[in-house]
Amino acid sequence: MSAIAPDGPANGIGPPLWLLAELTYRCPLHCVFCYNPVDFAKHEDELSTADWLRVLREARAIGAVQCGFSGGEPLQRNDLEILVAEAHQLGYYTNLITSGIGLSEERIAWLKEAGLDHIQLSFQDSTREVNDFLSSTRTFDLKRKAAALIRQYGYSMVMNCVIHRMNIDHVERIIELAVELEADYLELANTQFYSWAHINRDQLLPTHEQVIRAEAVTNAWREKLGNRMKLFFVVPDYYESRPKKCMNGWGNVFLTVAPDGAALPCHTARMLPGLAFPNVREHGIGEIWYDSEGFNRFRGTGWMKEPCASCPEKENDLGGCRCQAYMLAQDAAAADPVCDKSPRHAELVATVAGLQSRDERAPAIPLVFRGRKESLASERLF
Amino acid sequence: MQARIESPDTRTRAPRIARGFRLQWEPVQSAHVLLYPEGMVKLNASAGEILKRCDGTTPVEAIVGDLEQTFATTGLEHDVRAFLDLAAEQRWIEWT
Repeated sequence: MSAIAPDGPANGIGPPLWLLAELTYRCPLHCVFCYNPVDFAKHEDELSTADWLRVLREARAIGAVQCGFSGGEPLQRNDLEILVAEAHQLGYYTNLITSGIGLSEERIAWLKEAGLDHIQLSFQDSTREVNDFLSSTRTFDLKRKAAALIRQYGYSMVMNCVIHRMNIDHVERIIELAVELEADYLELANTQFYSWAHINRDQLLPTHEQVIRAEAVTNAWREKLGNRMKLFFVVPDYYESRPKKCMNGWGNVFLTVAPDGAALPCHTARMLPGLAFPNVREHGIGEIWYDSEGFNRFRGTGWMKEPCASCPEKENDLGGCRCQAYMLAQDAAAADPVCDKSPRHAELVATVAGLQSRDERAPAIPLVFRGRKESLASERLF
Repeated sequence: MQARIESPDTRTRAPRIARGFRLQWEPVQSAHVLLYPEGMVKLNASAGEILKRCDGTTPVEAIVGDLEQTFATTGLEHDVRAFLDLAAEQRWIEWT
């Protein structure tokens, strides 16, 4: 007996089921793979509490059910508890996506009281040295404290660790740490190359052998742990031959609101040239979702060019990621070059091969840590 | 590794929505949905009707009776039990 209802009409625009509230770009960490825009420090005019309350109400009214509070570090906003309480009262399932920095016992008690349903905690590595190096902070012990609080307050433990060349060989120890912290879920998410991770791409892209090894280790642990812990391993797009169905389709499920009120189909979409994304300070959420040019531009399959337009797989992946197409093929309407049917795929393969055969003895290019000063100094937007 | 689900005694044991999951009616989707960390299942009408009766105190036998009365029909026990087995396997429900 099937229990799942079919989705709505194929051609109609469904509701935005997921509201991702990026409350702030402020963050105590300086991660080298941060997905916030490179020019984040030029968008410091954050929405007010009243603005966010209105966004929550309007998105809920048109059908959003999952609400994610992220950032930056959402705990940097001292109205987080007010927003969570309102979201809960409106009937959202509320998720906090945090580094754990700033999660005191007082705050977690308030968040629980406000009705927070779920917390996802990020780690950078299994060791204090690498965690603290990659985030350019001394935060490893704070994260372990946050993990203990999450357990103490009866939440399931969902951990996320961004994986790249510098920590991919520690996957086993990362899994062991998750076991020690009694995680229910662990996501080992390989860095995808946007924003700060793109700046540091040469140092962050693991070799194919590393990816294969790490995946094998993960599979062995999955077998060993059974139902005790669910393990997810996300491969870097650059090693795929078919693109991902990015954001489960443009303007299909996800509505992201950036700290300054820009409404986006995904958190990196602002990089795409010639597209005007509406701001929630000026437009209602319903109008933004259903009628704005920004949300309609890449909906469905009508916008596609060849090879996507006649591809029998076009409904599976919707042509991949628009930002990746723009970054790698300089055309947001092109096939994602991750796809081996893309005329630009060979170039990506060559780039990846070049990075893999990089001479380890060559002088190291310095990593760029995400920071306000670096953001203001950078000429790139994303 | 999948633990075998033992079908519990339907006269005494009652299912309830599992911890971390929430069942609610969504007018925009005209459906019951089951919400869980970072995800959602949109339920069909019968799954919704069964799950909304899983309050942790009503035994399966009484759930079946209530459904048969509400929808003026008989012989639902097999389907209800099959669905609850599936729901337990998905960890949507727990047995009290």
